[in-house]
Order: sequence, then C-alpha cells, then structure tokens
Amino acid sequence: MSAQLAQYLLSGLTVGAIYALVALGFAIIYNASHVINFAQGEFVMIGGMVSVSLANAGLPLPLAIPVAVLAAAAVGLALEKFAVEPARGASVVTLIIITIGASILLRGLATLVWDKNLHPLRPFSGDRPIELAGATILPQSLWVLGVTFAIVLLLGWFFGRTLTGKAMLATSYNPLAARLCGVNVRFVLLLSFGLSAALGAVAGILIAPITLTSWDVGVMLGLKGFAAAILGGLGSGAGAVAGGLLLGIAESLGAGYVSSAYKDAIAFVIILAVLFFMPSGLFGKKSAERV
Amino acid sequence: MRIKLLASLAAALFAAGAAIAQQPIKIGAFLSVTGGAAFLGDPEQKTLELYVEKLNAAGGILGRKLQLISYDSAGDAEKARTFAKRLIEQDKVDVIVGGSTTGETMAVVPLVEAAGMPFISLAGAVVIIEPVKKWVFKTPHTDRMACERIFLDMRARKIESIGLISGAGGFDKSMRAECLKVAPAYKIQIVADEAYGGGDTDMTAQLTKIKGTPGVQAVLNAGFGAGPAIVTKNFRQLAIGVPLYQSHGVASKEFIKLAGDAAEGVRLPAAALLVAETLPDADPQKKVVVGYSREYTARFKSDVSTFGGHAYDGLMLAVEAIRRSASTNKEAIRSALESIHGYVGTGGVVNMSAGDHMGLDVSAFRMLEVSKGNWVLVK
Amino acid sequence: MGEPGFHRTEHVDWRTPRTGGMALLAAVVLVLPLALINNYWYEVAILVGINAIVCVGLNLLIGYAGQISLGHAGFFGLGAYGSAILTARYGWPPLAALAATTAGVALLALLVGRPILKLKGHYLAMATLGMGIIISIVVVTEDRLTGGPDGMSVPAFTLFGLGLAGERVWYWIVGAALLAAVWLALNLIESPAGRALRALHGSEVGAQVSGIDATRAKVAVFVISAVFASFAGSLSAHYSGFITPGKVGFFHSIELVTMVVFGGMASTFGAVIGAAALTLLPQLLTVLKEYEMVVFGAVMIATMVFLPRGFLPSLLIEIKKKGK
Repeated sequence: MSAQLAQYLLSGLTVGAIYALVALGFAIIYNASHVINFAQGEFVMIGGMVSVSLANAGLPLPLAIPVAVLAAAAVGLALEKFAVEPARGASVVTLIIITIGASILLRGLATLVWDKNLHPLRPFSGDRPIELAGATILPQSLWVLGVTFAIVLLLGWFFGRTLTGKAMLATSYNPLAARLCGVNVRFVLLLSFGLSAALGAVAGILIAPITLTSWDVGVMLGLKGFAAAILGGLGSGAGAVAGGLLLGIAESLGAGYVSSAYKDAIAFVIILAVLFFMPSGLFGKKSAERV
Repeated sequence: MRIKLLASLAAALFAAGAAIAQQPIKIGAFLSVTGGAAFLGDPEQKTLELYVEKLNAAGGILGRKLQLISYDSAGDAEKARTFAKRLIEQDKVDVIVGGSTTGETMAVVPLVEAAGMPFISLAGAVVIIEPVKKWVFKTPHTDRMACERIFLDMRARKIESIGLISGAGGFDKSMRAECLKVAPAYKIQIVADEAYGGGDTDMTAQLTKIKGTPGVQAVLNAGFGAGPAIVTKNFRQLAIGVPLYQSHGVASKEFIKLAGDAAEGVRLPAAALLVAETLPDADPQKKVVVGYSREYTARFKSDVSTFGGHAYDGLMLAVEAIRRSASTNKEAIRSALESIHGYVGTGGVVNMSAGDHMGLDVSAFRMLEVSKGNWVLVK
Repeated sequence: MGEPGFHRTEHVDWRTPRTGGMALLAAVVLVLPLALINNYWYEVAILVGINAIVCVGLNLLIGYAGQISLGHAGFFGLGAYGSAILTARYGWPPLAALAATTAGVALLALLVGRPILKLKGHYLAMATLGMGIIISIVVVTEDRLTGGPDGMSVPAFTLFGLGLAGERVWYWIVGAALLAAVWLALNLIESPAGRALRALHGSEVGAQVSGIDATRAKVAVFVISAVFASFAGSLSAHYSGFITPGKVGFFHSIELVTMVVFGGMASTFGAVIGAAALTLLPQLLTVLKEYEMVVFGAVMIATMVFLPRGFLPSLLIEIKKKGK
C-alpha cells in the first residue's frame, strides 16, 4: 500500500516540478505587466522541439540545451515586441486574445518548421529506474527536481540581490513609481518575457525524455501551469512553485485513488474551488480595488 | 444541305463525346491532415497524391485521368460533414475515400447514404460497417478484430486474466468496449480497467494500480497516439514483469523509436505491411506490401505507415470498382465494390459482399513482436 | 477592470443603427438564397447563422457588460447534447427536449454565474475556462450517455409530427432564429437593464454607487448569453444529425470569442459579421490547409493590435470620417 503511495507521490512531484516551472513563467510576466501569457505553454514546446532538432543534427546535448533555451527566449522577446507592446494599455480581454492568438500562431509555425509527429529526447543520464521506498523513479525525474530547485534558488537570488531583479520587482508593485525612480519599464517588460520563455524552455527540455515532445505539448501544460499559478496566488513566485507541486501531487493521488478517467478534470476543479473560496490563492496578496 | 447538317451534327457529337471522355474521374477525399489526428491524415494524403499521380502516368482509368480533390477536416466531425457536402454538391465527385477518424466518418454517413455516393472510410471502429450501410465501405481492420487477434495470442500463451488500460480518444474507447465485449468468448477475464487522459504525460499511477491487482497475467493497452509510448516506458520503469500488448493503432516504426528500449518484447496485431521485407516469398501479400513500402519510402523519405496503407487500399479498391463497372455511375461502382473477391491489399486479402463491407477476417492480422528494435513476425 | 498597471478605457460607440440594421439583416436573409447554388452553400450559410446566434449572445457579455467567457462552447455543447440525449436516448419530442434543455442550461448558468461573476479579469477568464473544460471532459468520459469522443446520432427535429430536415428548411429556421436573437439583443441593450449593463462596463464602482446591483446584472447577462448558446447548440444538433465533443472544447470557445472580438465588441451586427468572417475563412483557405493555424493566429493578433474595436465599428468610423 505505502509503496503505491510512494509511487504516486514521486510521479506527482516530477510532473509537479514541470508545472512549477511553467507557473513561474506566468508569474514573472504577470508581475511585470499584468498580462497573462497564454502562449507560455508554447515556450515549453519550443524548448523541447529545438533541442530534439539540434540533437538529431548531431549537436551534443550540453550544447543543444543552451541554444534551445536562447531560441525560446528570442521567441519570447519577439512576442513581447510585436504582439504585446503595440497593444499596451489595452483591456484585459484584448490582451488575453492577443496571447491566445500568439499561441495558435506559434503552434501553426511549429507544424510547418517541424512536423506533426512525436519526438523523443535522450535522457540526460540513462533510464535505469532507481528504487526508492518501494517505488521507482527515473534518473530524469531527479534531474527535473534538481534543476527546478536550482532555478528557484537562482531566481530568489536574482530578484532579491541584483539591481535588475529588484527593478523588476519594483515594476510589479507600482510601475509608475518605478518609472519615476528611473527604471526602464519597457526593458523590464522585455526581460520578463525573455526570462519566462527561458524558464518554459528549460521545463520542456527536462521533461521531453520522459514524456516525448511534439507541436502541441504546450497546450495542456500551459493550462495546468496557469492553474498552478492561480492556486499558488497569481504573482507570487513561491506560490507558483508550491501550486505546481501541489497540483502535480493532487493529480497523481486523484488518478490513483479516485478516478483515472477524470484526472485532467482534477486540476480545473481545484482551480474553480480556489477561485470561488480563496481567489488570491495560497500565497497571493489581496489586491485592493482602486476606485 | 442535309449532308452538311448531318456532318456538322456528327462533328458536334464527336466533339462532345471526346469532351466527356476528357473529363477526369474525380476522387474526393476529406482527411485529418492537420490537428490531433495528423499522423493519420498526413500519410493518407501523401499516399493518395502519390498513387493518383502514378495511375495518371500509366494512362489513367478507362482512358480518363484521375483528379484528386481533397480537404483537410483536421479531426473535426463538423468540418468533415461540411467538406463531404462540398465534395458531393459542389465538386460533384464520383467516389469518396476518406474519414481518417471514426467520429468524422460517422458524421458523414447520413450524407452519403442520402446522396447515393460510394464512400470508402479509412477509420477503425466496427460501427462503421455494422450494421451494414448500403454506400459505406471501409479498409482498415476493425478494433474488434484486433481484440480477437490479441486474445487468440494470449490463449496460446496460457494467459487467462489481464489488466486493461486505455485512453480518452475515440479509438481507445471503442476498442476498449469491443475488448470487454468479446473477452468472455475467448475465456479471458479483465480484472483491472484503468484510463488516462488525452494529453497525459505520466501513467504510473494507473499502472501502479494494475500492478497491485492480483491475478494480472498480461496488460493490454487499447491506445492510440502518444499515450501508448508513455505507457510502455512507464510499464518498464515499474518493472511490472508480465507481457504487454499494444493495439494496431501504434503499429509503426515510430512507436519503437518513441518507446525506445522499453518496447522490447511488446506484441501487437498488425497488417503485413510492417514486416514487408521479411515475409516469406510465398506469402500472397508480399508483392503488394513490398511494392507500396518501397515506393512510399522512396518518395517521402519516411517510414511507411499502416494508415497510409489503408488509403492505398481504399484508392485501389475504388479504382478497381470503376474499372469493373466501366463507368462512373455511382450505383455501378457500389455494386462492383461489393463484388470484389480475392483482392490483395496492404491490409490483407479482401472479399467484399453485400453483408460485409470490409472484406477482411482475423487472419488478415498478423501478430508482431518488437525484437532488437524492429518488428518481427510471431510464428 | 480597475487593475493597477497599464490601463486605457476604450470609448465605445453605443449608437447602433437599430431599425436600419435589422432591416438590412432581414433583407440579406431573405435575398441570400438566390445566391446559394447548391446544398453546400446552404450548409455554410446555416453554420454562419448558428455561430452568429451564439456570438450575438456572447457579445452582450463581453462587449456590453465588459466581462469575459472562455468557456462558452460548454453551454453550446450542453444545449446540443441535452437535446440529443433527451431525443435519442429517452425518446422525448424534440420541442420538449429543446425547452427542457434551454431551461436546464439557464438554471445551471444562474447557479454557476453567481460565484463566477464575483471574479474579475484574469480570474474570471480562468474560471470560465475551467468550467468549459470540465464540461467537455464530462461529455467525453460519460460515453454511455454521450457516445464519448466518437459522438452520437441525433434524430431529426419534428414539429407536430412534421419532420424538419434538409438544408433549405433549416436555412429558414436558423435565419428566423438569428433575426429573433438580434432583435432580442438590440432591445435588451436599449432597455433600462441594458443601460445598467453599459454603466457597469464603464465603471463598476460608479454603477454600484448609482444603485445598480452589479452582480445581479452580470449574472443576468451571463444567463442570457448562455441561453443563446444553448439554443444554438440544440438547433445545430438536430440540423447535423450527429454531434461530437469537438464543439464543446476549449478551442471552440476561443473561436467564438475571436468572432465576437473580430467583428466588433459592443456591436450586435459586428458579432454577426465576425461569425460570418471566421466561419467562411476555413472554407476559403482550403488550398492553404497547412497554414490555417498560422493565419488564424495572425488574424487574432492583428485585429487586436490594429483594430481593437473590431471590424464593424472601425469600418463605421471610417465611413463617418469620409462622410464629413
């Protein structure tokens, strides 16, 4: 029995770490611009697909990965420059439509640049399962958890200790005041998109050896990452991570103990519950409505 | 005066006759070239294009060229209906080959029945031809046949109770329902029945449950698309240790590539197409499958797929029916289709009849196993 | 609205040429059959009509009340499956099934609307998204009732024993329904309730200070737009004779919002035009089947960046400018 539980928890943590990275991407963009980037899932896809292409072309993984991350970051910057910036100041609905349009566009481009098939990526350090508490975990899962942990620490240092990071935080609290203090808000916006895209790409590369990648992996991952961000509290980095891990575990336990057919619905039922009873999520700040 | 009139009349008739003779034979198609079912529609589209081209290069049919009019229904049943209507009413085609998925096919059935249009479907579920519909035919093996073939192999290995895992797609659900229905007839007991969602990336929870169910001697994954590859990898990761069977939906080299080493030892029912080169020379299908396999690979530089093979069979059956009826009269084409016997396709030897609009039986399915990264025939 | 950050209130033009527009629409509906050569063209016209009915209702919610719903395909699907299941599995007469389904969806929208519409902006978007996805997952999973992913057959619509089938008959049914829907929407907008809605859009706090019960008004519009969608769904099910879960999912919800936004928010006729444009697009782009997604995404982005008010209102403004 407890071996089963251990298995559910380990699988849940692995997929939860991926949700956490995607949710972090949402949080960073939201903090800088109050835009929900529905194309976040597509960065995950780009990271995975570009690495696969480069790896197939013969590039060794340690080189392919950084290039893929940079490629995704470039797409993120382009998205901000050409789709979000021209519509600055527009209403919530408008911005939502723009980013959804961007995600559709990116997926369409993916089918043209690559193809409609699934692609595997070589696991970083082999795929002999490791026994842990009666359950098994793949070495790749350890990579996922380890890298996510490292990234969270890195981001904490970035936002807490570097000037650029603090500038980004300042923009999220009050853009006008930040601008008055000399922060280049436009640059912060661009950086936030680039950074989120990089995070998404890392998630995509980490998970591709386990779950395969294709032109449309971004859709569900994006939606669930968004759900995790809301669960943790939109705009809170710690919340995004906590939300992601909790969501992953909840899904795994739900599938194991309740109903495997309704596994996908679990994420969205949780979201509705959170939104109805606790809209600012676990760690979010209660926003005051300005008259 | 009268001779001039007669002469010009004769000339006009001759010209008209020649004009009609130049009119191409129109083959209509609606396929899921993009969207979630793209790996069905893409090889189907390519196959139809390739062979219409080849047939035209060889002089066409009945002295007329073939024209392929094909639309992308993207896996959407409503789009499929609209495009089928377009093919019937606007493009006025002579026969339709298409319908990559069961949902799209079933949505179109009322249309072709009402319009009297011969329709050869490329989708898998048994409901398409059972009950038999006058104008609807199909080339792929049914999911029920897949279950039967698998159960036969299980009995041969003395397996009596199994675990079942399937996805959320139409193919998965349909095959699961058929397997549950026919299992008792083969004395197979299904003691665990789990499901996963469409975009799921981890099935260890469901497989752990199956592993923990007592009496499981084998696991059957009635799945299609990305799911089965992940199930296979998770299966190995959890070291469940019993035989794993997959469905004919993943009968492709692609699957082995995706599942990697985990695929070793996996069995599934498939058309002879997958093992074309290793078939014994005496095998009736060898010539056709080797021919298709080589031509497709040479042109498109990618592995041959059973779905492309179904499209090949569909087109060839349609063309054969047109040849036999020596016209493009739809009723004539339909009866000609029904009377086809002993036609050798990529899926098997086809024997149609008024009561059987698919023409294949369980022997058309071969049992294959993954061995050293390749498909081999199980004796 | 009222979120901190970049913010710009759009000045929406409320003048809808009511009688002129209705007359024009009625004329188009009456005269169009002359141009419809065969059943395929009728089919496309009917599809446009059905989408337009949903969009007119959705536009009340998004354009006039300033809310958002990313899950409206859920209501459309409930209408379609409700009618389908009651007539196919339980043998109900289609008219009774239609009435019961519409009433059921209205009730659901009322129950769900209250908690959902207390949310704003992205939270509202996410909640409606979640609702829509949950509905589509249930439809796909409960296959004994719904036929699952492969869908189910729907019996033809019969009215007092008379079977209504065929493209020509349905063209008039859908045409009449569309005219009724547009008329209802226009009347709602001009009514006191409608003005309350528009006040909400401008400033929710301001409206509340003026004595408008914001939540009640929003829920009312939500229910009305859900009813429009459900009704259109029932019509669609009987017309097609077959339904699949494809129409219940997230992508269809996005298509609907795009139609409303493209055609013109806060413009009922804009919603009709948006529905027409985006229903015709895939039919026209068949040659470019590989590029369809790219074009669709580009259209969405370009419209929002260059024509944020939507196609029709921008066009009307251009015409007025030329007129000066």
